[in-house]
Amino acid sequence: MAHLRLPPTLQPLFAGLPRRLDVDAPTVAAALEQLDERWPGLQDRLCHRGPELRMHIHVYVDGRRADLDAPIGDTSRVDVIAAISGG
Amino acid sequence: MPQTVLLVGTRKGCFLVTSDDRRDWEVRGPFCEGWPIYHAVFDESTGTIYAAGASEWHGTTIWRSPDLGETWEQSSEGLAYEDDGRKLTKVSGLTIRDGRILAGAEPAGIFESADGGRTWSLLTRLEGLPGRPEWDEPSNQPPGHLGLPAILPHPSEDDRFWAVVQGIGIFETTDGGSSWTPRNRGLRADWPREHEEIGFCVHKLVLAADGERMYQQNHCGMHRSDDAGKSWTEITEGLPTDFGFAAAAHPHDRDTFYVVPLDPGHGRCMPDGKAAVWRTRDAGETWQRLDRGLPQRDAHLGVLREGMAIDRLADPGLYFGTSTGQVFTSADEGETWTEAAGYLPGIHSVEVAVLD
Repeated sequence: MAHLRLPPTLQPLFAGLPRRLDVDAPTVAAALEQLDERWPGLQDRLCHRGPELRMHIHVYVDGRRADLDAPIGDTSRVDVIAAISGG
Repeated sequence: MPQTVLLVGTRKGCFLVTSDDRRDWEVRGPFCEGWPIYHAVFDESTGTIYAAGASEWHGTTIWRSPDLGETWEQSSEGLAYEDDGRKLTKVSGLTIRDGRILAGAEPAGIFESADGGRTWSLLTRLEGLPGRPEWDEPSNQPPGHLGLPAILPHPSEDDRFWAVVQGIGIFETTDGGSSWTPRNRGLRADWPREHEEIGFCVHKLVLAADGERMYQQNHCGMHRSDDAGKSWTEITEGLPTDFGFAAAAHPHDRDTFYVVPLDPGHGRCMPDGKAAVWRTRDAGETWQRLDRGLPQRDAHLGVLREGMAIDRLADPGLYFGTSTGQVFTSADEGETWTEAAGYLPGIHSVEVAVLD
């Protein structure tokens, strides 16, 4: 199971959504689809239609910048980051 | 006295400013998790608040609260352009219409919800309008893009409403959005235009008490229409500038209309650092400056297009919010003003609900 970490801005939007959770999915896109099934609308907060990642949402798999097609291993760590910006 | 609720959309969430007497006000919020809220409205038939938000990180969504802000949910299901890959960057201009909620979008389009904001579908992208392929082309658009920030419903005809497209003009539909007619004849534009019927920068459109007369604050002057938008006459003379965003029509007197003139340069603040609302009681023949209680020194205040509202009580209350976070209220039709809130985030919109 890959270990997924989500940005803190999502928790207030979806009841029961944890910051960290384990997922069993072959790619980043599949992992987000799984989350969307359990928390409808979550994928829309991270991706445009297409889907493609929103401009200020970055994903890292095992510390390397990744896109939605990136594969996930059984022991991967997946970080979903809301870009540091704003004020 | 019924409770008055101001719905204030800001750069950092939605706030509710409430009063039992329109003199002492209480601020509640921020709601919507601090998302930028571009417009918040109250549905009198269901008691639900809707708030249109757009986050730089998480996209566009519409929040709803069925209990005056106690609880909130959000949904963007269906809020997307499917066909051409165009990205929806913002929604605003919320309108409650015949049991539906309409939302203006950027790029220009209208979405609707028939289930209380749970799901949305595209109603129209205003296809077939003059020059649309050119003005809708992303590479031709200015910074901020050209959205559809306002939808004005006819008071009694369900399928009739007007839509404002930024920098393009007003369009009327009488068949619920299937077809559209430009309504810009007589407006002034201080720039070249490629099409006779479009290319006008309408900032705010309001309907007068009789449901036929209209007023608008335009990028180029104040205008009045006595035939529901078919033709326009400029009524700027007597105002300190021809520029501004916010406007409000008196709910019982078709001749009374309020505006907030601003410096037309890049500053876009009230002239000379002195705050004032201006009123006409004769449909734009003459104007009166209303500033009692408003700051008259170092007050470089701006008010955006949805930043002013008027209630429908017998003696209407008038309200405006500034882009620097102050809310000013008047319980006597603008004669005197008090500050109801002084330190909110920058304000995008103010709407008012009166609860019996």
